[in-house]
Amino acid sequence: MLNWLLEPLSFGFIREAILVAVLLGILCSVTGSYLIVQRMGILSDVIAHAVLPGLAIAFFMGIDIFLGAFISGTFSTFVIAWIESQSRIKVDAAMALVFSGFLALGIMLITVLKSKLDLHHFLFGDILGVTTSDVIRTLIITIIILFLVRVFYKELLFYTFDPIGAQVIGLPVNLIHFGLTAAITLTIIASMQSVGVVLVVSLLIGPGITAYLLVKELHEMMILGSVFGVISSISGLYISYYLNVPSGAAIVLVISGIFLLTLLFSPSQGIFTRPGGIAHRSAKVLQQLQRGK
Amino acid sequence: MVLEVENLNVSYRGTTALEKVSFSASPGEMVGVIGPNGGGKSTLVKAILGLVPIGSGRVKFRNRAIKKQLCSVAYVPQRTQIDWDYPITVWNVVMMARTLHTRWLRKPSRESHQIVKSALERVGMLKWRSRQIGELSGGQQQRVFLARALAQQAELFLFDEPFSGVDKATESVMYDVFAELKQNGKLLMVITHDLGVNLTKCDSLLLLNKQIIANGSFKQVITAENIQTAYGGSVLLFTGEEVQSC
Repeated sequence: MLNWLLEPLSFGFIREAILVAVLLGILCSVTGSYLIVQRMGILSDVIAHAVLPGLAIAFFMGIDIFLGAFISGTFSTFVIAWIESQSRIKVDAAMALVFSGFLALGIMLITVLKSKLDLHHFLFGDILGVTTSDVIRTLIITIIILFLVRVFYKELLFYTFDPIGAQVIGLPVNLIHFGLTAAITLTIIASMQSVGVVLVVSLLIGPGITAYLLVKELHEMMILGSVFGVISSISGLYISYYLNVPSGAAIVLVISGIFLLTLLFSPSQGIFTRPGGIAHRSAKVLQQLQRGK
Repeated sequence: MVLEVENLNVSYRGTTALEKVSFSASPGEMVGVIGPNGGGKSTLVKAILGLVPIGSGRVKFRNRAIKKQLCSVAYVPQRTQIDWDYPITVWNVVMMARTLHTRWLRKPSRESHQIVKSALERVGMLKWRSRQIGELSGGQQQRVFLARALAQQAELFLFDEPFSGVDKATESVMYDVFAELKQNGKLLMVITHDLGVNLTKCDSLLLLNKQIIANGSFKQVITAENIQTAYGGSVLLFTGEEVQSC
């Protein structure tokens, strides 16, 4: 068994992949928790795809593609906020159009600029292909975001729970909103290389909502979510190594599996196990039947 | 006068929400804000708090612009504005009131703990402190928010529909707290859509339908003519024993 666990670690690229997987498991759960409690899960999808035009332009101009991605991703959230504030259009419809609009623009730019950007890589990533510089970039982004979340935890809690109340007591709500958006964009950029923009959504949302079914405080959700994120990422990698299947897909399927188990069996919220749930009801029926006899 | 609103005009996407609203209130007073739906009750409170852009006019609190003194203002939103499934416990909701008093990277002070504890005790919710807020009844949730307002130790309290969907026990706790706050010289503004017995507990009323229709004591404001002007159609009023038909 030990050998089974240690064997993949003899490869440098696996060690780096595991390092990135652990970092992303933690980072995505923390920033993703803020999306979940604001009912903005789909925003991660929008930003993840909206980085493409920035990537294409930055690649063409020869500047840092991650800078391009950051600008493009945060810009998309401004467009959504602008549409929402200037018209009666609701945020979900605005997000849906901005999402596909930015993606289309990105695809168009790649063709027009004859870019060698690999669309498949962008969409699905390749965690086994991460380089040392990817590891360092992910580490720096993780440290910065975790530090900022720690420092501004009270303010972020207030804002995400009761944005109007936060504005009333004089918290800088626009700055907080921008900070959260920037953190989510950075998280997506950190994950792009390893899991790709399609699968990063489940790393952001999956561990967080799983923990959400088990705890009653935001910080607990982040901590337990990180544990789920790390477990899923590492076990996904091992599955990928031994079964020779795509690593990103393996990670996402583990996340989804843990979520499904929790949805069914969480002690307080599980469909089968919650008070008044199926198991409780059938136990009651059984008791009544036995008493009847 | 501690709160002075002068000639307030607010419009929202081209439609007028408030027009030439002027009134004032003194410490220790409880002002009831009434009027038909869409008549601008919530907008008035939001304009006072600076949550909606003001077209023209001024809001002064203690002779200064209110914007610089928001830490002295406690606002209790409508229950529907809150996501009650949010992962947070009763204790930490009330502790939010201490956000500005707690320094970065520090835990809340012993004083803050004491304030939160006595606020929860005051509304009878201390034993529920470790519950997630979604596990409470509507009335209990409203009491938690009342405790949060108390823990803020404000001078001006604004309540948006505090009585909607609450039980009798909560209602009486709230009136007790309101009376206490008044005694301590605080100013309270309470929006309510139900024209019931409760109105007599207010020191003054503000009848609003985009403009101020009437402002003054219960007897001055609740007249057949004023109600007709504000609500247009016919309204049945139940005010304690007497029943007025307008």
